[in-house]
Amino acid sequence: MLELSHVHKVYRVGAFGGSTLRAVRDVNLVVKPGEVVSLIGESGSGKSTIGKMVLGLTKPSQGTITFEGKDVTRLRGFGEKKEYYRHVQGVFQDPFSSFNPIFKADRVFEMIRSSYFPDVSDADWREKVLDVIGTVRLDPANVLNKYPHQLSGGQLQRLLIARALLLDIRLLVADEIISMLDASTRIDVLNLLADLKERGLGILFVTHDLSLGNYVSDRSVILRKGAIAELGPTRRVFENPLHPYSRHLLSCVPQLHRTWAEVDAELAANPPEDVVLPTVSEGDDSAPLVEAEEGHFVGIDQR
Amino acid sequence: MTLRVKDLKVYYQTLRGDVHALDGVDFELADGEIMGLAGESGCGKSTLGKSLIRLDSRMRHVDGTIELDGEDVPIAKDREMNRFRYHEISLIPQYAMSALNPTRKIGRMINELLQSRGVRPSEVTEELNRRLELVGLDPDVLKRFPIELSGGMKQRVVMVMATLLNPSLLIADEATSALDVSTQRSVVESMVEFRDRGYVKSMIFVTHDISLVYQMADTVMVMYAGRVAEKAPASTIINDPQHPYTKMLIGALPEVGATTDEARLEGIPGTPPGLLHPPTGCRFKARCPIASEECSETPPLVEIEPGHWAACWKTGR
Repeated sequence: MLELSHVHKVYRVGAFGGSTLRAVRDVNLVVKPGEVVSLIGESGSGKSTIGKMVLGLTKPSQGTITFEGKDVTRLRGFGEKKEYYRHVQGVFQDPFSSFNPIFKADRVFEMIRSSYFPDVSDADWREKVLDVIGTVRLDPANVLNKYPHQLSGGQLQRLLIARALLLDIRLLVADEIISMLDASTRIDVLNLLADLKERGLGILFVTHDLSLGNYVSDRSVILRKGAIAELGPTRRVFENPLHPYSRHLLSCVPQLHRTWAEVDAELAANPPEDVVLPTVSEGDDSAPLVEAEEGHFVGIDQR
Repeated sequence: MTLRVKDLKVYYQTLRGDVHALDGVDFELADGEIMGLAGESGCGKSTLGKSLIRLDSRMRHVDGTIELDGEDVPIAKDREMNRFRYHEISLIPQYAMSALNPTRKIGRMINELLQSRGVRPSEVTEELNRRLELVGLDPDVLKRFPIELSGGMKQRVVMVMATLLNPSLLIADEATSALDVSTQRSVVESMVEFRDRGYVKSMIFVTHDISLVYQMADTVMVMYAGRVAEKAPASTIINDPQHPYTKMLIGALPEVGATTDEARLEGIPGTPPGLLHPPTGCRFKARCPIASEECSETPPLVEIEPGHWAACWKTGR
């Protein structure tokens, strides 16, 4: 459904844009319908840039992004973009700044109606809105006719997902959507993503939190400095991380029932087998992947 | 006993009335103890951290006492508190990375801070360099501007700065929340090291991340709506929590390795109560699955086992 092929993004940095920064390096990725793919990485790994490129908020420097056969980067004009956003929507990190505080929160639904469904009658529209609010497991009485500050972060985040569901959406880009939420409401939003997955939605889940990344996702991609370090079925990536960077990252995650010392001791007792990582020559900007086991790839090691 | 807080009440004054952000908080902190302070946003954990060092203009001390090393801490009197600040009680603020003055080199900023607290910088220079090395920083950072350092480096600078005079109590308010996991781990480990070396006597580590607290804290205190829900050794809180709120909070955390295919975790329905007009009785009763009639009375914080305190009618006896 969504396919990224050899995507690069180079930013100009420095005082006069003199030097460049390769934020995304040779990323190849596929998201199928009904599949959640997690993009996991630390700051500066390029995970959000990939999300932005998929949403058409910034253009890749090289490579193509296709959605259902159409090249996303070549969408021209208002009409084509509008059609694209009918199927692809994003939800972002901070729910409080996604809403305009001087309007009621349900204004976001009205805006969808005025631009995409001007011909729907009031009664039909109301039914539709109530239906999606039910889907995101909110009580309409609690959330409609309220201002953003009267609602919790979790409620607002779910309203934004409901807004996306009003459209004929097939792909959702969820960029750090739960990192601002409390532990008690986080899990509700995650469970909602799992529900949406069952309805056949493809989800690109961008996160820096490894334990949240693997709770919902079918496949995980670990990014480092813009390139894919490891890609594979979530279970395999977490149980048997092959790239030294993924191993290091996983050993640093605070876990609930094991301390870091225990994790380190276990790692030292059973040192993992080394895999041969692909290499590139100096000055080559590609980032090849090697299939270590079925569907489980490792990428280059960058220092 | 380093710190003893008794029935502390701190309210925020607003146009619509007082917000009861801390409403009767009781706890003790032993020498060398690192206490993790956990809870949802708006439960009063940051307010507690702030109250111990400086009340801002909206905060009003209503009731309760704080004792540090046997001495009364006059938190309501801003001037008298100056004696304690930085010398005895120190703070790593939330978003410490942006707490550094961008127009000063790090070294100059530290000197100014020391002078303002009546300490001659030359007396501590050697110690400062030693501690910077301990946390893995080159003493050259003193000649740099904050913008030249990465987030983790700034965080460590702030940590060294805050503990330079060996305070009795260090309050770390979400000190590592903005860091990447690997940096977070090294910063947290240096904090524990500082405690082990006696640079700080005891520490309150405010965070919303319970799994991080489990890595470093000796005890964990869980707050809910301005009150203490439960305090116990870290392993007890994780493996055998007694208060229903703690149980549900722990149950809502996905672990590395957990997926939706195996079992779905449950969130806690509802939201924490507003503290402008807090509910009577147990504040968790509206979201609690086992609430009953007796919960309309406020449950006291009782010691159900040695070192394990909980405020719930169902566990208290």
